[in-house]
Amino acid sequence: MSLLSVRGLTAFYGDSQALFGIDMEIAAGETVAIIGSNGAGKSTFLRSICGLLAPPADSIHLNGRPIAGLPANQIARAGIALVPEGRRLFPSLSVEENIGLGGYGGRSGPWTLKRVYDMFPDLYIRRSHAATKLSGGQQQMVAIGRALMANPDLLLCDEISLGLAPRVVKDIYRSIDSIIGEGTSVVVVEQDIAQALRVADRFYCFQEGRVSLGGRPGEVSMATISGAYFGV
Amino acid sequence: MTDWLNTLLQGVLLGGLYTLFATGLSLAFGVMRLVNIAHGDLIVLAAYVALVAVETLHLPVLAAAAVVILVMAAGGYVLQRGLLTHTVGRGILSPLLVTFGLSIILQNLMLEIFSADSRGLQAGALETASVSLGGDITVGALPLMIMGTAIAVIVLLQLLFTRTTLGRAFRATSDDGETAQLMGIDTKQVYALAMALAMAVVAVAGVYTAIRTSFDPLGGPNRLLFAFEAVIIGGLGSLWGTLAGGIILGVSQAIGFRLDPGWGTLSSHLAFLAVLVVRPNGLFPRTRDR
Repeated sequence: MSLLSVRGLTAFYGDSQALFGIDMEIAAGETVAIIGSNGAGKSTFLRSICGLLAPPADSIHLNGRPIAGLPANQIARAGIALVPEGRRLFPSLSVEENIGLGGYGGRSGPWTLKRVYDMFPDLYIRRSHAATKLSGGQQQMVAIGRALMANPDLLLCDEISLGLAPRVVKDIYRSIDSIIGEGTSVVVVEQDIAQALRVADRFYCFQEGRVSLGGRPGEVSMATISGAYFGV
Repeated sequence: MTDWLNTLLQGVLLGGLYTLFATGLSLAFGVMRLVNIAHGDLIVLAAYVALVAVETLHLPVLAAAAVVILVMAAGGYVLQRGLLTHTVGRGILSPLLVTFGLSIILQNLMLEIFSADSRGLQAGALETASVSLGGDITVGALPLMIMGTAIAVIVLLQLLFTRTTLGRAFRATSDDGETAQLMGIDTKQVYALAMALAMAVVAVAGVYTAIRTSFDPLGGPNRLLFAFEAVIIGGLGSLWGTLAGGIILGVSQAIGFRLDPGWGTLSSHLAFLAVLVVRPNGLFPRTRDR
């Protein structure tokens, strides 16, 4: 049985349709990359999964349980955590308070404040700073740590390398490797194709709200992927 | 000289009542970005609930206060869940209009039930008891108690906001409600709890209003004005600033009153305007990058 099963997912912003019937299966422990250009519907897809947009009834199942239509806070408690685009840290909370709030849902699992600090020692040093005063890379670490504290079955990462220096992106992806090593299923949404394909077992390429290509990174040529990415 | 010191002290202590008026307003705005136009009417309503508890149910004042706090907090929860929740995320205007309507409804309901007569709550010896601070300086026990309560309320709220999970949920929800939901926070529940808390403070303000002053069904907007002024003098989002704002209003009112009995209220409004001219963001603004 799939951990996450998506069938015929559509999404709308007012009158304009952003997703046109997305199907996706993610197995437990699997890492999936979603790639595609700006406006392809990647973030919209993640927001629909999290309950921030209203998906069609019965379009999303988590561990066999229908979650489409549940409020976002219940979906979070059911085991889906999002590292949102632009990090969305809470400005009036300190680093430690931000990370700690990730555990608000009270799910148990391997991730604790100590484990997060072990993975990101820089954050421990700055734990009492205001979260939004940190560097971009450190803020991204806070956002990842905060999502991990929920001990999710499925971790969704939206553009976690955006705007960061290449060296910092490497550090961030090293942490993603160790999260995958924990057995957590991870979805990475990226415009940086190489980085995303390196960590992923499978990928989906989105184009204009549809899946234009899917497969395993080793089995599809870069030329085919670029074709699906740019739609040429 | 001693007279003036007495005047100043009385003004400072009067600021305690204004602080209590303002804290509930500040709390609702801080967590929910809700400007509650009915805030003053809810204070008056709490005063009437206290009156009923003491005069009809014959409860002692302290027990009556506990009842008022519970009733108002429960009412705040229901008000948020049943009515104000529908205004969340619909811009600044819709909560303003809804609470403005609520204000009119409350005033007329109270007129209907309690008549237009001015009322007051008899608290026995507490009303006239005074404390000597040496020399010719004495202050009333009740104003001292009100100021003590105001400070205690602020300290407790500060502890709640900084030391508890619920407090962090309040701050996170205020920062970014959507992301707070992603943390598993039920923001509707958080808003309802914040409103319950704000109404508990309103209840305290209402009980003291009932004992210290006379009140009538149409006195809400005047109290709302003082609450607004205290919050804005102090700077939005700062609880200690609200205390400073309350004290500035109280002191300027006491000084004005001493110069000429007709100037009391006017001079506190003038003080408010003066602060607004010099420091438009209040004395202790807590601007957040959002």
